[in-house]
Amino acid sequence: MENGTIIRTTDLVKIYPMGEQSITALQDVNLTFGRGEFAGLVGPSGSGKTTLLNILGSLDAPTRGSAEVLGLRVEALPHKKAAELRNRHIGFIFQTFNLLPVYTVFENVEFPLLLLGMATAARRKAVMDALEWVHLADRAKSRPNQLSGGQSQRVAIARAVVKKPELVLADEPTANLDAENSHHILHTMENINRELRTTFLFSTHDDKVIGHLRRKITLVDGRVAKDEPGAGR
Amino acid sequence: MIIPKLAIRNMLGAGAKTWLNAAVLSMAYVTIIWAQGLYNGFDAEVSRTMIDAEYGGGQYWVEGYDPYDPFTLQDAHAVPAAPLQIRIDAGKATPILIVQGTIYPGGRILPILLKGIEPGQSLLSIPTGALGTSGADIPALVGSRMAKTGGLAARDTVTVRWRDARGAFDARDLQIVEVMKTIAQSIDEGQVWLPIATLREMAAMPGQATIVVTAKDSAPTAAVPGWSFQSLGVLLKDIKDIVKGKTVGASVLYAILLFLAALAILNTQLLSIWRRRKEIGTMMALGVTRGRVIGLFTFEGALNGVFAAIVGALWGIPLLAYFAVHGLSFGANQGDSFGIAMSDKMYPAYSAALVLGTTVLVFLITTIISYLPARKIGKLKPTDALQGRMT
Repeated sequence: MENGTIIRTTDLVKIYPMGEQSITALQDVNLTFGRGEFAGLVGPSGSGKTTLLNILGSLDAPTRGSAEVLGLRVEALPHKKAAELRNRHIGFIFQTFNLLPVYTVFENVEFPLLLLGMATAARRKAVMDALEWVHLADRAKSRPNQLSGGQSQRVAIARAVVKKPELVLADEPTANLDAENSHHILHTMENINRELRTTFLFSTHDDKVIGHLRRKITLVDGRVAKDEPGAGR
Repeated sequence: MIIPKLAIRNMLGAGAKTWLNAAVLSMAYVTIIWAQGLYNGFDAEVSRTMIDAEYGGGQYWVEGYDPYDPFTLQDAHAVPAAPLQIRIDAGKATPILIVQGTIYPGGRILPILLKGIEPGQSLLSIPTGALGTSGADIPALVGSRMAKTGGLAARDTVTVRWRDARGAFDARDLQIVEVMKTIAQSIDEGQVWLPIATLREMAAMPGQATIVVTAKDSAPTAAVPGWSFQSLGVLLKDIKDIVKGKTVGASVLYAILLFLAALAILNTQLLSIWRRRKEIGTMMALGVTRGRVIGLFTFEGALNGVFAAIVGALWGIPLLAYFAVHGLSFGANQGDSFGIAMSDKMYPAYSAALVLGTTVLVFLITTIISYLPARKIGKLKPTDALQGRMT
């Protein structure tokens, strides 16, 4: 993998068997992403955005072709190695926030660091730093059900970036948020992207997000229809 | 150490649900300890009663004596051998002569065992003192069950017929000097106690005995010719077997209780995995391996056993202590229906082994029961879990 490239897909195909039929979710996808990109996969529902994000996040494997993430071929990774890749190098942000409901805000953000086995003091500092980035340090003791949608997504962002990963994959992160909260979290992610040079890859069809992207890849029926610079700065 | 930490965090975070499960499981847990403690107490009390009333520190039986075969009684009598006589003289043993007889209370015929015992003995908790102070020709002591069977009361006179050592039959009147209340049926039902000197004279068996009961805590003498030593282990075997049989019966109750508790945990675990499948997907996305997720859910389930022990201790210890102090009443004379010496009140006895054993058992069952549904997670694809699907 060349210097600065963290993702490369080669002739990537994903086919879902549906009884006797099958659905092709991705067809010959060839893409490369470099460090520090703020890019998005856009397209209508069913265009393969989430499928591609899942494969790049080593949550799923391609049917054919190759997906290389941080020098590791996702299709060849055993479960444990894939989990390790996710834990150490990839942060996820989901449309529905996916906070662990019985944990406090602090504990949710702390979770990935616990898995990394980080020492208590360093862990505590990292969590509080991440909560400062998203302006939620004062809600550290709150539970997810005490937060608004925007606050919940900011906690999810803090959880995704607390370990300072190389890559953050965000699947429709603003779909459940109003305009104000959407802009707020997008600014937060842009700041983190600039400060930490974290690569952000979105899956979205939200214009608010698209307006912030510096690279826009349009998927149609599982194929890359367009790969162009975005309006983001 | 992350799995226990997360499991504890999850369980405590789940709040009331966790404690409700623990409360249900604690009922099975405390009931098992209570019921088993009751049987332990039952076993201890029956053994103690039989030792006090009949067995002492063990018995020497004259050669040929078989308590289960009344035909052996005709020849089962002899003068105690010298080593036994020394112990009798020293007050460390007491002889008992047993002769078959018949009484005729109210015109009825009632086969009985005439048992001769020293009125002054103190080795057994039989109120034999009355036999030495009554002044009657043939003073007799009977238990309350025998009195009821024969329609006898204190100061009643009843005709007794027996066969002496020479084979001659004789009959005389004996006088009931006391009706004793004892929980030991084996010294009561079908038996009439007389002074041993009187019975020896009646049966023409001078100085003879059928059994010699030794004092508690006395070591058995080396082999005594013509007499065989029956240790407490042998004498209590039947009682132990009965208690064991009843304990086995009680085990069915424990099994049902544990089964119900296990079912509740299984149901909780299945529901938990179903309800938390998105959470499982999130954990996998954050880098938790499938093995760790299975471990986490299994550990959470196993914690039910630990929390049940804590909840059980909170309400169980005062309850168990209450029964240990005040006993459990079965009602007057209900003990007789058990067929062995049992008082109307039972006092449970809880041992450390019982509490520890039950705790380990409940913990093991909850762990196994929790592991079974958790295995399903091993087949779960992260993408399906994130979308709330089970594959």
